[in-house]
Amino acid sequence: MSILVVAEHDGAKLSGATRCAVTAAAQIGSPIDVLVAGYAIDAIAAQAASIPGVVRVLKADAAHLAKPTSEALAALVLALADKRTHILFSNTAMGKGTAPRVAALLDVAQISEIASVIDQDTFVRPIYAGSVLATFRSRDAVKVITVRTTNFEAVAPEGGSATVESVAVPADPGVSKVVAQEASKSDRPELTAARIVISGGRGVASGENYQKLLAPLAAALNAALGASRAAVDAGYTPSDYQVGQTGKIVAPDLYIAIGISGAIQHLAGMKESKVIVAINKDPEAPIFQVADYGLVGDLFQLVPELTQQLVQQTS
Amino acid sequence: MKVLVPVKRVVDFNVKVRIKSDASGVELSGLKMSMNPFDEIAVEEAIRLKEKGVATEVVVVSCGVAQCQETLRTALAMGADRAILVETDAELQPLAVAKLLQALVRKEEPRLVITGKQAIDDDANQTGQMLAALLGWPQAPFASSIELSGETARVVREVDVGLETIEVRLPAVVTCDLRLNEPRYATLPNIMKAKKKPLETVTPAALGVDPKPRLELLKVEEPRKRKAGVFVKDVRELVQKLRDEAKVI
Repeated sequence: MSILVVAEHDGAKLSGATRCAVTAAAQIGSPIDVLVAGYAIDAIAAQAASIPGVVRVLKADAAHLAKPTSEALAALVLALADKRTHILFSNTAMGKGTAPRVAALLDVAQISEIASVIDQDTFVRPIYAGSVLATFRSRDAVKVITVRTTNFEAVAPEGGSATVESVAVPADPGVSKVVAQEASKSDRPELTAARIVISGGRGVASGENYQKLLAPLAAALNAALGASRAAVDAGYTPSDYQVGQTGKIVAPDLYIAIGISGAIQHLAGMKESKVIVAINKDPEAPIFQVADYGLVGDLFQLVPELTQQLVQQTS
Repeated sequence: MKVLVPVKRVVDFNVKVRIKSDASGVELSGLKMSMNPFDEIAVEEAIRLKEKGVATEVVVVSCGVAQCQETLRTALAMGADRAILVETDAELQPLAVAKLLQALVRKEEPRLVITGKQAIDDDANQTGQMLAALLGWPQAPFASSIELSGETARVVREVDVGLETIEVRLPAVVTCDLRLNEPRYATLPNIMKAKKKPLETVTPAALGVDPKPRLELLKVEEPRKRKAGVFVKDVRELVQKLRDEAKVI
């Protein structure tokens, strides 16, 4: 066996998702190597080397990897794929964009969003917007996998002592380049990593209301902010707030759904949360079927009341 | 420029699926089927490119059982020019579909392939990227806006941190995200016209592709059901329960 985990980072810090992917890798077997690709990434390679269970960190440092494209990353992974039995990516935009390219070029199936590992050939993944869990077995020589990172607890960041090796980087294929990036600026924690998520739906009725009502509540709980597809489509929030089947998958300790009806496609993104609270004026809203605590009423009164009580509680 | 749009026939997104009693798979018989919503968006985008004078021909293709013809006729009714059905009863997984599409791309020579980012049945999110890799083409997945100009496509993509704009050389594969456009409804006159538009059928064998699936489905099951929740009567009770019972705040 030989497992390669493709790490992700933001230029400064290794992502928490990568440590979840390493956990998945450890459930498959060993040895585990981690690929860190980027530009001027000595510090990030060192962080990867501290992860327990990792044997080698492969450092791929090149200018064109500062803003990597899937084409460039796939070419790099392919160059390191020899004798690998498993190649794991996180279920991020980069992972989802790159893993299928790697699989196709290796002429193997790609296994998307594994939620659990049964054995080195067998994995469980959600289908039909998470309403069904399917167990698949692959007989391909190498399994190319994207990991549903919310299903795997992140391995500790310290305690490991892997060696760091520089690897050659294939030239940039030159067919694609990143021209601009528009990151939503926020003081709030990152949505997929936060312990608490406050999420707003169509019931919030406007972007202004979203900011006025949900932002203070999120601040009071040091929570991340999310949204349903309806809220994003209506322009209440930027698109990266979207939680759901085709948006972000989250599993925080506490998910508070405000003005969200609870369509299956939304539930697909949050029903693994440990505690779910729903605030909605419609007692028949499907969200109440997954909520641990449901509060029926006018969110325009209840949310400020909730914020106020939480602030009072901490002061 | 010719645009090729792969579309998939899937269980309608409003339908709640059930698993078969022997847990061998999902019960599909008798269920309403529709075009994958993300592929509808792709068809719409291709037609808009034709209306703008950028695309000269929109060819839609679907792989699967004979009834996929209905899905193709819907695309033709929306405004596509020609349809191709790769007919097979075999279970199709993304790698096989990508190879079938690769063979068709070699025949049809489109400059742009545009398809949905994922199918709402298997939620794989792979076919577009696999096709691009097999063709040696660049890709632009999760597109929320597309601008074509001669040799390149400038695509805004929805990614984890927000929006990313990339420039890819044509020919390329683009996969569509939700907010790229709002697909039109086919009008009755167009539905009638679509019956006369060409729909050609080919087989995987004729394309030189073995569609055999690689992943073996061992079983399906429903996810663990959550414990039933309770209604609280006011905010005070909610805060108390979150603090003392659930212990999350």
